[in-house]
Amino acid sequence: MVVSKDEIMEIRASDHVVLVRQAVRKWSTELGFGLVDQTKIITAASELARNTLDYGGGGTVRLEAVESGGRRGLRLIFEDQGPGIVDLEKALTDGYTTGKGMGMGLSGSKRLVNEFDIVSRVGEGTRVTITRWK
Amino acid sequence: MERIPILRMGGFLLVTIQVDMHDRLVTTLQDELTTMIAQTGAHGVLIDISSLDMVDSFIGRMIGDIAGMSRVLDAETVVVGMRPAVAITLVELGLSLAGVRTALDVEKGMGLLRAATRRRLAEADDGGVER
Ligand SMILES: Nc1ncnc2c1ncn2[C@@H]1O[C@H](COP(=O)(O)OP(=O)(O)OP(=O)(O)O)[C@@H](O)[C@H]1O
Ligand SMILES: [Mg+2]
Repeated sequence: MVVSKDEIMEIRASDHVVLVRQAVRKWSTELGFGLVDQTKIITAASELARNTLDYGGGGTVRLEAVESGGRRGLRLIFEDQGPGIVDLEKALTDGYTTGKGMGMGLSGSKRLVNEFDIVSRVGEGTRVTITRWK
Repeated sequence: MERIPILRMGGFLLVTIQVDMHDRLVTTLQDELTTMIAQTGAHGVLIDISSLDMVDSFIGRMIGDIAGMSRVLDAETVVVGMRPAVAITLVELGLSLAGVRTALDVEKGMGLLRAATRRRLAEADDGGVER
């Protein structure tokens, strides 16, 4: 997989979630994504950015325009140094929340992308990587 | 302070969501809307989301909360103008917006609310007995 372009954005305030959405909109448009594909990755990005802020205590997202086997895609890597997730399997279940959310962010964004990977260590932090191919 | 206007339309209230909502704005809107429903005795609330290019669980919860609060105050909520790409994504995300009706545009949403009002009046004529 070749990364043709990348950028790191901070997620430290609720305004930053908006900026991340706008950046993902711009990048997915540039990659030639159709409207539905754009909407899916923007929505997933919004969910994960908010988790990074609300539960991870803030962090970053790395945007990558990627290419593999002639396909182009957008990869987003959300990272925080927060408390981590004790039970990943539970966290990935529809409706599970430790906050006042609906518990649909992780499980829902997984359905909205082609590739979903999550690594979390208690006391160290969480990293979620998603990719949507054109 | 930034805020979302609430318009009176016939006997109903219209909220047009145009900006990226953040937490403070949502709370303010919910407070103002409940106050206005109580003051005007409106039996319907229209939430126009035609300018939103995505609905995530945060916005979904806000819509659900508004519908819940309105119901307690005897008002029905109709969400209007959801873009097709947003609707498709919402289903895949897994949000059902339970208890919230949707309509294509404001006019059709008004139609739904008027029909609901007529039903309500007819029931009142019958002494509140459901047919
Ligand atoms: N970056 C993170 N760091 C620590 N815990 C997290 C992180 N992301 C998610 N979690 C945990 O996983 C749970 C499920 O997350 P998910 O996004 O699915 O639901 P939610 O954020 O609680 O609600 P919703 O996203 O529907 O508003 C969260 O309640 C939280 O406990
Ligand atoms: Mg979440």
